[in-house]
Amino acid sequence: MRSDRNARAPLALKIAAAAGLAFLHLPILLIFVYAFTTEDKSYQWPPPGFTIKWLGVTWNRPDVWEALWLSVRVAAIATLIAMVLGTLCAAAVSRWKFFGRETISLLVILPIALPGIITGIALRSAFNLADIPFSFWTIVLGHATFCIVVVYNNAVARFRRTSGSLIEASMDLGADGFQTFRYVILPNIGTALLAGGMLAFALSFDEVIVTTFTAGQQATLPIWMLEELVRPRQRPVTNVVAMVVVLVTFLPILAAYYLTRDGDQIAGHGK
Amino acid sequence: MSAPQAAILPGRGGAAGTVADVFWRNPKVLLALLLIPPLLWLGIIYLGSLFALLAQSFFSIDEFSGMVKYELTLKTYGELLNPANLDIIARTVLMAAAVTVAAAVVAFPVAYYAARYARGRWKALFYLGIMLPLWSSYLVKVYAWKLILAKEGILNWIFEKLHLTWLLEAYLSAPLIGGNSLSVSYTGTFLVFLYVWLPFMILPVQAALERVPGNLVEASADLGATPAQTFRTVLLPLAMPGVVAGSIFTFSLTLGDYIIPQIVGSSRLFIGQAVYAHQGTAGNIPLAAAFTVVPVVIMGFYLWGAKRLGAFNAL
Repeated sequence: MRSDRNARAPLALKIAAAAGLAFLHLPILLIFVYAFTTEDKSYQWPPPGFTIKWLGVTWNRPDVWEALWLSVRVAAIATLIAMVLGTLCAAAVSRWKFFGRETISLLVILPIALPGIITGIALRSAFNLADIPFSFWTIVLGHATFCIVVVYNNAVARFRRTSGSLIEASMDLGADGFQTFRYVILPNIGTALLAGGMLAFALSFDEVIVTTFTAGQQATLPIWMLEELVRPRQRPVTNVVAMVVVLVTFLPILAAYYLTRDGDQIAGHGK
Repeated sequence: MSAPQAAILPGRGGAAGTVADVFWRNPKVLLALLLIPPLLWLGIIYLGSLFALLAQSFFSIDEFSGMVKYELTLKTYGELLNPANLDIIARTVLMAAAVTVAAAVVAFPVAYYAARYARGRWKALFYLGIMLPLWSSYLVKVYAWKLILAKEGILNWIFEKLHLTWLLEAYLSAPLIGGNSLSVSYTGTFLVFLYVWLPFMILPVQAALERVPGNLVEASADLGATPAQTFRTVLLPLAMPGVVAGSIFTFSLTLGDYIIPQIVGSSRLFIGQAVYAHQGTAGNIPLAAAFTVVPVVIMGFYLWGAKRLGAFNAL
């Protein structure tokens, strides 16, 4: 039996770990306070008073809604593409050993391993060279490219845990390839795919670096925020938008966590 | 009771059945069908763009017309070696190194506690506590620090309440790390980088520490080592692959970022900002492309070194 089950942590370690976690979370909590401040000209702390007026103001802003709607559409389509491509790739890599397998894993990870600015500028100059005008679809193209890896990682991990004998048993019992896929493989990898899709959605919804290069005149929500960050004009609205973005991205991450928590803790690894 | 069903169903026949049979007999056909769509996508869209970008770094810009001259030359790479551009590269690499070291120091206790002491609910809480900041919006995190570091913001307020404003001012008047205020100093940039990339360091370090058996630490103590000695000679060497794996993220992400130094920091450029400026208003795509090669080359060497240290097994 291992003897470290009941070991107590030294006090210094506890303090350092708690401080580290506090460092990670306090700044985000601060956003929630600022969303309700009455101050609208500066970032004054402590807030002179609290109000929920800005929620209503933000609600009635067409530019915020437009940016949000664009972000949601981009993220939805990019996620869909990434789920198809990522699953195909994961199925191939985990089921067979073939020449160049390692290279394919590397190729999938590359768009996220290289700094985003490189992906961004490479796509932009390629669009320019090919005379492709910037549009909704150029944004989707960029997002889908770096979302593949998230779905791929989740799917590969699940494929590895799914025993190959299940598939053989299904075949032995007379199911053909499609039936096996429908009744055996899909139920087994379903939650992993869902988790991967949610993380891909969160990743795309939040992406700004590649988007600045692949978007034309259109502003996704992060682009809208970036403009406000560089030249603050409407601080209260930005505060509220920031809070909403935090809440909106938390939900898919929590969901992805609960979908994959049994077994390998994979969701989110290798963002 | 209904009649017993056959345990083995007959083949479905039809088109789907025929296709399934083909796949069964020739797994390579299926493999190819699975691989072709993602490979086409990544190969054409992604690698194609990357190589197009790389190719452009071998062109140069005509100084008089401002147009790109399409003939192969190394002139653009020569420009990269200007003192001003070398400055940008050195500044970025130094910042990346500082952020990486600091992230390792801050991440280690969190990772160690999560790996060795946290159990059950606490373990899940720690996991989410690292995951949520990792995945929450990058821009919101940067924005939060803009709020914190603002002159009228919470950090200055805390220093004032503690009657330590003089300390902050003394710090800000220091050369290099100081500045007019925290939000326009290297310290500010450093803090935001550290904050945004910290979870990327915690996760691999924790993964590495999970694999260290607790009784190794106890054995070390039983043999008379002080906690400091145990840390230095047992824990750290075993956690090193995780630290190196985490440093790949913190280093690479800092090298390529252009938004954080633009929003919080002095006006002196980092590599990412230089790339952005050259491709944007200046229209100097060749120089921008050459600049992007710098982090790629640096990361190439970094990854090569990391691989030799066995960091990839900890990812």
